[in-house]
Amino acid sequence: MLETFNKVYTFIANDPEQFLSAIQDHILLLVLVPVSLAILVAVPLGILASRFRWLEKIVLSITSILQTIPSLALLALMIVLGMGIGPRPAITALFLYSLLPILRNTFIGIKNVDPFLKEAATGMGMTNMQRLRMVELPIAFSVIMAGIRTATVICIGTGTLAAYVGAGGLGVFIVRGLQLFRNYLLLVGAVPAAILALLADYLLGKLEYFLIPRGLRGEQ
Amino acid sequence: MVRFENVSKKYNQLEVVKNLNLEINEGELVTLIGPSGCGKTTTLKMINRLIEPTSGTIYVNGEDIRKQDPVQLRRGIGYVIQQIGLFPNMTIAQNIAVVGKLLGWSKEKAAARVEELLEMVNMDPASYMDRYPKELSGGQQQRIGVLRALAANPKIILMDEPFGALDPITREQLQGELKKLQAQLHKTIVFVTHDMDEALKIADRIVLMRDGEIVQAATPDQILRNPANDFVASFIGKDRLLRSPDEVKVEEVMITDPVTIEYNRGLAEALERMRKSRVDSLMVVDDLGSLLGVVTIKDVQSALNRGGTVGDSAAPHPIAVYTGQTVREAVFIMAKHNVGYLPVINDQNQLKGLITRASLVGILTDVLWPDLSSSHNVFTSTTKEAS
Ligand SMILES: Nc1ncnc2c1ncn2[C@@H]1O[C@H](COP(=O)(O)OP(=O)(O)OP(=O)(O)O)[C@@H](O)[C@H]1O
Ligand SMILES: [Mg+2]
Repeated sequence: MLETFNKVYTFIANDPEQFLSAIQDHILLLVLVPVSLAILVAVPLGILASRFRWLEKIVLSITSILQTIPSLALLALMIVLGMGIGPRPAITALFLYSLLPILRNTFIGIKNVDPFLKEAATGMGMTNMQRLRMVELPIAFSVIMAGIRTATVICIGTGTLAAYVGAGGLGVFIVRGLQLFRNYLLLVGAVPAAILALLADYLLGKLEYFLIPRGLRGEQ
Repeated sequence: MVRFENVSKKYNQLEVVKNLNLEINEGELVTLIGPSGCGKTTTLKMINRLIEPTSGTIYVNGEDIRKQDPVQLRRGIGYVIQQIGLFPNMTIAQNIAVVGKLLGWSKEKAAARVEELLEMVNMDPASYMDRYPKELSGGQQQRIGVLRALAANPKIILMDEPFGALDPITREQLQGELKKLQAQLHKTIVFVTHDMDEALKIADRIVLMRDGEIVQAATPDQILRNPANDFVASFIGKDRLLRSPDEVKVEEVMITDPVTIEYNRGLAEALERMRKSRVDSLMVVDDLGSLLGVVTIKDVQSALNRGGTVGDSAAPHPIAVYTGQTVREAVFIMAKHNVGYLPVINDQNQLKGLITRASLVGILTDVLWPDLSSSHNVFTSTTKEAS
């Protein structure tokens, strides 16, 4: 056991550059980019779904189906669909994975705003957009944030598979370790990914706490 | 200020508001009241177009509201709901100023208005302004709900059971505060309630609804005195009804077992019966209970030596009232003929009862002014304790 940790340490110490750039790729390409894109798409879509019943069914079922495709299969599918090899198919697959939690939470968060509050807002003379901006989104914020946190954690974990399509990231060590039967290399990839996931969840939780008005804290 | 003209609302086949006609005047506080599901909320929400009528026209300020932009219309109408509906993501100040914000008020103007309003209900602006709704009690929250509706100074305010969810003591307080505010501000208020006491307390006019129709629209006093029908009366509740002497029938207040004597009895027996019952006159009746006359203690004493029956000495048919006549008529007859009592007979001349001055005073206070008689009881019992 100790020996294994020694190997891990030596491996990282020998070439810290390689290790750090893998982490950087992982965070930037495999988490920040797909999650941001997913937010840009899923939040508006979730809002629309909460407004139009016909859209609600379509959008939610498509994203649930996407979610049920195994990660590796989805990655492979990207290549088959002509995305080639590299970050692009990985980002696309992770983006698709992130859609559901964010979209579903946006939809639910807005749907769950007390109907009396919505009516009070409208009855007071808010337009549809004003009601969304001043009342519904702020109240749904923590639920939407929970969706973003889930998506982030999914991306960090599933991102380790992206190395199979040549997208880099911490998965590179895992893939190499499996190929070369070097178990310590698995740890070089897996442990930082796990720590990253916990850290990201914690930091996003903190961020949410600071962004949310005091009047909404402590409510789920 | 607000006028309903043949307004109906249908959901599918169900007509929940039926051809409603109602005019609400400027500065008037009108309560809509009636059993659950009678269409109060629907009627209210049609005024700010949260619900659109199926047919008919509603005028606000003389203008057909269908021709107005609903958003603009609503900004000019205050709205308070039972569930309070303060926005949990906004501070008290932000909540109060929310319509102002929609109208583009400056920060200074909004802040000044918030302060002014909080002071109006004796809530210290400095300590409440920056709190969030959940940091206030239910009663305080609904005060803010009312202030929020007042903030942009609308002429009309709609309130849907605003105090319904509050405990009785807080509810009474807020009713009192609303009355005070209304006395200063003279808003046109449409106030939905379930609670007749609340309606009686705050309303200038009460509109009583049933099954989507107006059953009666009148001042609290008129409704109490002249409920339009049994439904209104039962909705008001018996113990609240103020009844005038025009409505109370003599049989409701008469003594039902007057002391009588058959016409063929002897005078000594009459005297004995008077002594036993402590009365100074007896109703003289025949075998069938028909009233023949009246005999007083004087009549009996002066005739005692002569002997004979009660019938011989009785005065002929005295002045009487018929069952079904009102107390007012009875009082009038008593005064006119200067008599101390009146027999009550039915149209077959059968004696049904007796009204005396003493019984009238006692019973009238009970029937006409129940409050008075109960406070009188309190008074006597406390004086008893004191002595
Ligand atoms: N959206 C709707 N669709 C169908 N029926 C409705 C709808 N809204 C209200 N109703 C019906 O219309 C009738 C009147 O409802 P409304 O809410 O106006 O009653 P209310 O007098 O305010 O009752 P409550 O005292 O219980 O609040 C009820 O029978 C209700 O079931
Ligand atoms: Mg209602």
